[in-house]
Amino acid sequence: MAKQRVRFTFSAEMVREPIIYRLGKDFDLVTNIRRADVRSDVGWVVLEIDGSDAEIQRGLDWVGATGVRVDPIAGDVIEG
Amino acid sequence: MAFVKGLKCRECGREYPGDPLNVCDFCFGPLEVIYDYVTIAEVVNHQRIGEGPLSIWRYQDLLPASAVDPVDIMAGYTPLLKARNLGKRLGLNNLYIKNDSVNPSFSFKDRVVSVAATKAVEFGYETLACASTGNLACSVAAHAARAGIDAVVFIPADLERGKVIGAAVYNPTLVAVEGTYDEVNRLCSEVSDNYQWAFVNINMRPYYAEGSKTLGYEVAEQLGWRVPDHVVVPSASGAMFTKIWKGFNELACLGLLDGVAPLPFGADQNTVHHPAVTTRMHMAQAAGCSPIVSAWENHRNQIRPVRPDSIAKSLAIGNPADGIYALRVIRESEGSGYAVPENRVVEGIKLLAETEGIFTETAGGVTISTLRYLAETGAIEPDELTVAYVTGNGLKTQEAVEEVVNPLRIKPMMGSFEAALEGRTQAAAVTGVGAGVGV
Repeated sequence: MAKQRVRFTFSAEMVREPIIYRLGKDFDLVTNIRRADVRSDVGWVVLEIDGSDAEIQRGLDWVGATGVRVDPIAGDVIEG
Repeated sequence: MAFVKGLKCRECGREYPGDPLNVCDFCFGPLEVIYDYVTIAEVVNHQRIGEGPLSIWRYQDLLPASAVDPVDIMAGYTPLLKARNLGKRLGLNNLYIKNDSVNPSFSFKDRVVSVAATKAVEFGYETLACASTGNLACSVAAHAARAGIDAVVFIPADLERGKVIGAAVYNPTLVAVEGTYDEVNRLCSEVSDNYQWAFVNINMRPYYAEGSKTLGYEVAEQLGWRVPDHVVVPSASGAMFTKIWKGFNELACLGLLDGVAPLPFGADQNTVHHPAVTTRMHMAQAAGCSPIVSAWENHRNQIRPVRPDSIAKSLAIGNPADGIYALRVIRESEGSGYAVPENRVVEGIKLLAETEGIFTETAGGVTISTLRYLAETGAIEPDELTVAYVTGNGLKTQEAVEEVVNPLRIKPMMGSFEAALEGRTQAAAVTGVGAGVGV
């Protein structure tokens, strides 16, 4: 089992979608929200995801495919 | 010795020991260094700083690593140049350029990496690492070489060779990752979780970022222990922007600014603001990657990540880790943000080169174009003391200004030379170039 800490950023179009609910229901993953700021037009959630490496990857790929942005919690680590 | 008390979460305030950590275990907020300022105040003074080395380590009492044996390639103590010609062009009588492009690996990154590398050695790490598309890679590889430890530098596989020669020459392990920017980003975060390496801007980040405070200290010292009315600072992650502000306020609170009475730091050291620090902090980003400026312009309290599409590669961080804190500094200092149109970045590079003899990279072009905008719009008054930070060397982004190479091509005869010279004079009369007009 592995854990991954990620940040989801929701656009205005996605902010009302139950993405985290589906991530826990449709994949074999446990989600644990630690911090969030969700408004009507934009939102972000910082959470920990628990599961196998493969399932975490599958789940995050799905989240990304919905249009929700997935980032490491430390932000961009590639610097110029 | 370093006067570090430990680390503290910027979001929930939980405290941690001074270990190689960067994220709060509880809320995943970023960790910041906290200091024993009471003891620092008893030790630090102008004389002690003045007797220190001509590098960032002259401010050792305010840095989070021991200066007994720092990993020092002499970063810092760079020139603060009175910019008379550029000032005249922009109508600013009191303009200075902080020329940080002359650091040993040719960018301000040497300041932060020197602190991170010193801390890494202190922690017992044997490998210094980073993910970079340019300046950071050079600095990490150089400092690892100096420290006698290994360096691992991750780069996108499609990065131009020229961009990495400045790092490769120090003989790090270069890892070229095939994948999108996001994939490279994600992999490096994962590697940092799984390897006992000092990733300068991940697990070393709280210490690393503190090195940028020296950009504030130095400017204040070079101005005779006072702070400017305005600063113009290029921004990517937003960390340097917040640390320059922190540096000014630390000096004020410690009584190190002339004529300024010290003040206690209070509970939250990282948001301290001494009322004597009236510097307005102006942020410069390129329009192709301006998530922080965009939030400021639109009066938002959230940073919306963007996909970078800018020629200012060293500023191309679409999801800035310190963006929200930098946004707060803009507001608290009554500063501003400006997103430079991409087609004006090169103009800024050329303007600085032609007026002050300083060749900066694209990030410097962003800074100078922002400075110009602020001057033209009256945001900076003619006699206000202004400092523009130039943080990287133009030799790193030569491709951005290739068009400037336009020599007079002649035969090896005096007649050919004189004809070419005459042609140039006539062209100048038509275009204004070379006649003090234009730009």
